[in-house]
Amino acid sequence: MIPAAFDYYRPTDMAGVLALLQQHGDDARVMAGGHSLIPMMKLRMAEVPHLIDLQDVAGLDQISLSAEEITLGAMVTQHTIINHPDLVQAAPILREAALQIADPQVRYMGTIGGNVANGDPGNDMPGLMQCLDAKLTLVGPEGERQVAARDYYEAAYMTDRADDEVLVAITMPVPQGGFAYEKQKRKIGDYATAAAAVQIGKADGKVATASVAMTNLSDVPVWSEAANAALVGTECAPEAVKAAVAAMLGDIDPSEDNRGPVAFKRHVAGVVLTRAINRAWSRA
Amino acid sequence: MSDKMHIKLTVNGEGREFLAEPRELLIYALREHLNITGPHVGCDTSHCGACTVTLNGKSVKSCTMFVGQANGADITTVEGLGTPDALHVLQESFREHHGLQCGFCTPGMITRAAKLLEENPTPTEEDVRFGMAGNICRCTGYQNIVKSILAAADEMNGSEQGQTVEAAE
Repeated sequence: MIPAAFDYYRPTDMAGVLALLQQHGDDARVMAGGHSLIPMMKLRMAEVPHLIDLQDVAGLDQISLSAEEITLGAMVTQHTIINHPDLVQAAPILREAALQIADPQVRYMGTIGGNVANGDPGNDMPGLMQCLDAKLTLVGPEGERQVAARDYYEAAYMTDRADDEVLVAITMPVPQGGFAYEKQKRKIGDYATAAAAVQIGKADGKVATASVAMTNLSDVPVWSEAANAALVGTECAPEAVKAAVAAMLGDIDPSEDNRGPVAFKRHVAGVVLTRAINRAWSRA
Repeated sequence: MSDKMHIKLTVNGEGREFLAEPRELLIYALREHLNITGPHVGCDTSHCGACTVTLNGKSVKSCTMFVGQANGADITTVEGLGTPDALHVLQESFREHHGLQCGFCTPGMITRAAKLLEENPTPTEEDVRFGMAGNICRCTGYQNIVKSILAAADEMNGSEQGQTVEAAE
């Protein structure tokens, strides 16, 4: 409950953030909503001698929408994602997923950027960002670069982001077709036993495009190209859905914990993916 | 040890200033520096919501915010919602409908419920249960909390409608 002592900073621009990261190296961490980092600091599992609060950094809470593209500033909260009418219209899957994350209080504070950057396989947004083919914008001492969400996750809490880089924005194409985020969890606020993000485009009664990503079934989110391939070109009948589930099961690697043994997680993964595909297809 | 910070908060309409270490959590700043002991600590993993306060228009768990993050903020706790002589509608309703037993979750529940009704003045039972899902109660089984909040919503809407009717007359 009692975190170790630290120095606290609230810079107002990215230059100030980067200067602090450069100065303090591994001893500095940025904080967004604080709802993963502070709990870890309270358990002394994270020690952060220099804590850089991003809340005053101008521009990080912006949302921009065009006909083709959505850009979310890293500090956009889950609460905003749920309640922003234009965003909800453009990408309803974001709202559907955000409503399954945590609880009201946490959603007022927790941000999309923190969720995506955290690197905990339990987080829901990473899989969703892979499903939607989002690009993450990172800013560091050498300037700005973009990395695909599908390439960002390396292992639990290990990502492509360098220690002196900050995730500042997430850009994704406006999703097309039907969507679903299906999550099985023990109770409100729990990380998924298994969850599936699905986006399906339909043309001439057939699956034209499919994107399937799974949450908390490996030490990273899993975007399943094999499951996508099993769906495209079909009429999304039960055999095709079964084939997609079988393909997905080849890509995941869950581990046993309080949410259940591996066999159970694989079973639940199949159930949530079946439901997600069927719901996405019904909306396509 | 890091230097203490000069913290300024507006709590329940009153300006408050004090010195605090950066690592102090907002809940402890409220309870120990300001003696505002309605918000409680029920866990150390940000689940229970007993520490819920309203900060700049958001329901927040004050155990998961450092005092520096809250610097400059406008905060309402249960103490700011009503007085013993003039209870807030929700406070009256929790009493009327037996929405509390030990009372430990109640300040967080009522503060959260006030924000919920502000955002959604006519919630369904499902809206209330989902909107209160960040607050755990060990005594009531929730049923009477839901009743209390729905009754408070009716009361608040009823009195507004009453005013409208009066104005129309």
